[in-house]
Order: sequence, then C-alpha cells, then structure tokens
Amino acid sequence: MDHSSTTPVDAAVTEAMLPYFSDRFGNPSSLYTIGREARRAMEDARAKVADLIGAKKEEIIFTGSGTESDNLAIKGLAYRNRKKGDHIITSSIEHHAVLYTCKYLETEGFKVTYLPVSKEGLVDPADVEAAITSKTTLISIMHANPEIGTIQPVEEIGKIAKEKNIPFHTDAIATAGKLPLNVDAMGVSLLSLSAHKMYGPKGVGALYVRKGTGLTPLLHGGGHERDIRSGTENVPGIAGFGKAAQLAKERIPESDKLVKLRDSLIKGVLEIKDSYLNGHPEKRLPDNVNVRFSYVEGESMILNLDMKGVAASTGSACSSKSLEPSHVLLATGLKHEEAHGSLRFTIGRGNTQDDVDYVISVLPEIVNKLRMISPLAR
Amino acid sequence: MTDGYSEKVMEHFANPRNVGEIKDADGIGKVGNPVCGDLMWIYIKVKDNRLEDVKFKTFGCGAAIATSSMITEMAKGKTLEEALEITRKDVAEALDGLPPVKMHCSNLAADGLHAAIKDYLERSGKK
Repeated sequence: MDHSSTTPVDAAVTEAMLPYFSDRFGNPSSLYTIGREARRAMEDARAKVADLIGAKKEEIIFTGSGTESDNLAIKGLAYRNRKKGDHIITSSIEHHAVLYTCKYLETEGFKVTYLPVSKEGLVDPADVEAAITSKTTLISIMHANPEIGTIQPVEEIGKIAKEKNIPFHTDAIATAGKLPLNVDAMGVSLLSLSAHKMYGPKGVGALYVRKGTGLTPLLHGGGHERDIRSGTENVPGIAGFGKAAQLAKERIPESDKLVKLRDSLIKGVLEIKDSYLNGHPEKRLPDNVNVRFSYVEGESMILNLDMKGVAASTGSACSSKSLEPSHVLLATGLKHEEAHGSLRFTIGRGNTQDDVDYVISVLPEIVNKLRMISPLAR
Repeated sequence: MTDGYSEKVMEHFANPRNVGEIKDADGIGKVGNPVCGDLMWIYIKVKDNRLEDVKFKTFGCGAAIATSSMITEMAKGKTLEEALEITRKDVAEALDGLPPVKMHCSNLAADGLHAAIKDYLERSGKK
C-alpha cells in the first residue's frame, strides 16, 4: 500500500505503448509515414492529457518527469520574467522538485517566500495574498501533498493570483486521476503532471502552460514542444501517458471506493493506543493514510510490515538518504521524534477491503512489539 | 535506507536477543537521541569483573535494533576490559556489515555498552 510512490502500468496502457517501440518507431518530426504515425499518436495523447485537466491540446508540453515539469514551470517562468520581478511565493510543504528549485533560484538572486502551513498541512490563502509584492512573478502551491494527503484551497489561491495578475503554478502530480482537475476552475497558468503516478509509465511527465504564459526553456535544441522543450519525444511513453490520462478521467468516480477504504483503514489503525492522524481529516486525498505512533520509529515498522507482505513508507529520517525527517511533517509542527514514528499507506486501485483488514490485523502486534523494545514507552 | 541490510541484521531485527531492563542493574548506558531517531539503553549486571547479564531497550531503525541485540550477545560473559575493547566496527562486522549510511547514526551499541560499564565503574568507585 504505497501507491503514492508509484503505480503499476495498467495493461491497457502497456498495450497502447507497444506499437511505438519497434513497429511504428518513427520520429514525430519526420514527414514520411511512420513519422506521421508517431506524431499522430503523440497528438492523440496530448488531447487526452488536455482533456483530463480541462485544457486545450496545444497547452500541453510533454517532459521527461514530474520533476522536470516543476523545474520548467518555476525556472522557466522566473527567468522569463526576471526583468519584471524576482519574487516567488511557495509553501514549506512542496515536493522537493519545487522546493529545491526555489532554493536554487535563491542562489541565483531570486527571493522566495516559503509559506507556513497549519497543523493539518493547509496553506492559508490570506497568507498568499499578504506575501504578494510588486516584484512577485510566480505563486507555486501544490494541489495536494502526497505525503500527508492535505488538499490545498487552490481555487481560492487561483482567484487571488488572477486578481493580482500573477501566474499560478500547481503541482497536481498527487491528485491527477484521483480528483477532478480543471485548469480554469483552479485558476492556474501552469500545472505539473506525471504519468507513473496514475498507472502510466515512468519517464514521462507533462506541463500545462496556459496560452500567453511565456517560459524560458531549460533544454535548447531542435525546437520540439513549441520550442519550450527540445529533445526527440518519448513517443511510447507519451502514448502510454495519453491512455493513462484517458483511463484516469474515466475512473475518477472510483475514488469513492478509495475514500471508503481509506476511512476504514484510518479508523482501524487509530484503535492502536497513542496513535494520531497526520494531515487533514476531511480535505484529504482519497488514497492517503498517514498516522504516527508514539515511542516507535518508522523504518522498524516498515521492515516488520514488509515481513508480513505489506509495503508502506515513513517520514522517519532513518529511512531517508538525507537522514533528515520529512520536511512536510516538521512543517506541520511535529517534533523530530514524532515525525520518526509516522507511517504512510497509499491505497491503489488494486487494493481491497481485505487488504485494509489485513493491515489492521497485523499492525497492532508490530507496534506493540517495537514498544516492548522501546525505552520511550512506559 | 532499508536496502542493503544483511540477512544477519534482519535476523537480529526480527528476533532481537536480550530485550528488556535489568531491574537491579549494576550499570546503565544511555546513548543516542530521539530527535535523531535512535535511542539506546544498555543494562549490565557485573559479577567478578565479568558481564553476567546484558540487556537493552532501543528506539530506532532496523540497524539500531540489530546492533543492540548483537552487542548483548557479544558482551555477555566477557571481562569488563574485553568488553571495553568491542568497537562499533566489530559490531558491524559481526552483523556482516551495515549500509554505509547507517554506520554512524545507528551503530551506537558499542558506545552504549561502554557507557554502561563506565556507569558501573563510577557507581562502584573504581573510577
């Protein structure tokens, strides 16, 4: 139950990709038949991705990953508008692809405001408004946080951005396929997507760029993707992304099933003594469960769950390469030792109530075993 | 980073030896910090200059728990001098190695044992 890390490629997606490896292997830039076939597949996929978010086909730029989409949105816009201003507003719980891009831009002389969040992980739109200066050229606030599941008030932020005429970027990588997305309702100029989080292939992402929004490219070359992202297109990946986007849109109503499983898992897990929910109880991704347990550490729980055949993740430092606990959990006001005891489950389309019941049945024993070992438990 | 744990680490993690407190311990070593994610308490019972019993309680990752378990086995029956010679490296080697990222943060067991012996020596006025 770690579908927020990645998802399996849907069989229909694989099928949509296969012809474009060896049979219709053409370069979409070539004018002859197989080139045109590849271009057609790519344009068909572009239309499907646009349809998922209520955009126009020509507003979709394919990239190599969600990270690249975030980088292109933020650096592309910041560089392009440098003469107008040098101030960016974002939040303290963004994905590292946004956060570290902003940190990098600070080394280039840009100024960045990192807005705080409530203990449920919410950004206050009033804080966004108050942070705007005459030098602000971009607001970047994620649609929902994949770690704690909190859904941000993007429509309200979009309204403020529109009033102040400042481009608004949102990273919707965690929400695509789970919540309905509409770029006009959200009021965004830029929106990042990634295929592999929605049952598509790895190595392909997209950036929605509202008509009239200028970006400085990160990759220069043959002028692909409207001269915003040069590089021969990943046609099989893009074809797969298109199929995944189509399926994602069709399956959004299935989110109700995820919500049921989520709430059942939260209820069952919180039966364990000294356990707490991280994130917002209602404004929450349909698939996200994030809980913390006092006196125990996350990696130990993950290893024990793995022995029982359950995959989960944690915000504990001990499981990260940086040895730092999750910046998201710390930003919600948790102490380091509380962040270490957090556990995240993300429910996928393939999970059932039986899976949820199984987790609820094995977890108490694991937590108790670790508490028996822990000097913090009394 | 959970990848790269040896079978021996996983075996000690799954079935930790000598878990618990010693009520009338002769020395207790407390090392680590819950802020960092690892906290280790080592209890010792000393008889005739030898470690008659060693137990532990640990809050932490797989490596923290496995090294705690391993050091109790390594230290039991040793003289205090022998036990003070057990290094972090010895513990890691006895577990067939630890992932590099865990060598410093979670490999505290030798420090914990040494702290417990020091506590015993101070309590008994031998230092």
